[in-house]
Amino acid sequence: MSKSKSSKPTKYLNPYVGGVLLGLVLLAANFVSGRGLGASGAIKSTVVTAVTTVAPSAAENSAFVKEFRESHEGNPMKTWLVFEMLGVLVGGFLSGTIAGRLNFKVEHSPKITSRRRLIFALAGGVLFGFGSQLGRGCTSGSALSGMAVLSLGGFITMMAIFGTAFALAYFFRKNWI
Amino acid sequence: MGPLSVNGIISENTNLFLAFIIGIGFGFVLEQSGFSSSRKLAGVFYGYDTVVLKVFFTAAITGMLGLLFFSLFGWVDLNLIYVNPTYLTSAIVGGIIMGAGFIMGGYCPGTSFCGASIGKIDALVFIGGLFIGVFIFGIGYNLWSGMYIAKFLGSPKISETLGLTDGIFALILIIVALAMFWVAEWAEKKFPREAY
Repeated sequence: MSKSKSSKPTKYLNPYVGGVLLGLVLLAANFVSGRGLGASGAIKSTVVTAVTTVAPSAAENSAFVKEFRESHEGNPMKTWLVFEMLGVLVGGFLSGTIAGRLNFKVEHSPKITSRRRLIFALAGGVLFGFGSQLGRGCTSGSALSGMAVLSLGGFITMMAIFGTAFALAYFFRKNWI
Repeated sequence: MGPLSVNGIISENTNLFLAFIIGIGFGFVLEQSGFSSSRKLAGVFYGYDTVVLKVFFTAAITGMLGLLFFSLFGWVDLNLIYVNPTYLTSAIVGGIIMGAGFIMGGYCPGTSFCGASIGKIDALVFIGGLFIGVFIFGIGYNLWSGMYIAKFLGSPKISETLGLTDGIFALILIIVALAMFWVAEWAEKKFPREAY
């Protein structure tokens, strides 16, 4: 991954075409596994594995780990979402390679510093990670996949995520516009 | 016939292999649509770039219609498809916390992996935050487990809750989405931004 400035990145896909393709991927996931797509579940698997490896006794007493173990037999890394998310890294990388978008950089508005961008990225990640556990899934697993199977909870979570982000947009406008 | 793994048509290892392949498709489409860029994602909340809204709702509707058609053709048994359970309190509170994380961090978990895959360092830092957030949830689990399991409603479909058939609800959702797409196209003209 070198900083290539010679080739101009190609344009993004038409969003409606992208949406149909993403919907077909979601359909394929349901057809194959009986469940939709997801992302935060893979992070949960990794955290459970890390805690179990580093502090086995603490993990044994953790209600969070216990609950995970009850719903996932065997190795927590040998789950559908872990393999799917590894695929996401490969697929994103392939797309970025083809489009000429591979580049190590901190993306931010010219009005803010890289440092500010990274602090907010970290804080946003912490909140999103926490919220995804409380909400039993993130934008992929709860909102998108839940909506496709008409889950009431999926629609509620989707509205809560986007509604809150819209409501708070004014306060964080400097970061983006 | 479907879902293949639930019906034992494919082995568990094949299922995991296909998860990897489906993940490649997921990551590829996200990146091609511009979901590797936080500034593009956050654009929907300011109107200058509504790609999130368009891709998200088109995908949800395509997936929904696909499942309804597959069921109609006898290709998939909808009773075997996982419907996310509804815990009212945690669905709302979790969603609010995620929404705050979205506007601050500019990514959601799936798109942050997509951004990191093409070298976005802010996406990588966001992923670091995700791990910390999940870890905090696990550490303090006893503090919020009450909220986590409160107001459990089972796994209702929104169509059932509203007293509609799946088909009628799907039609309404499509009309609502088309209206939102129209507003989105208007907003992008009204709040234009230079290329980023």
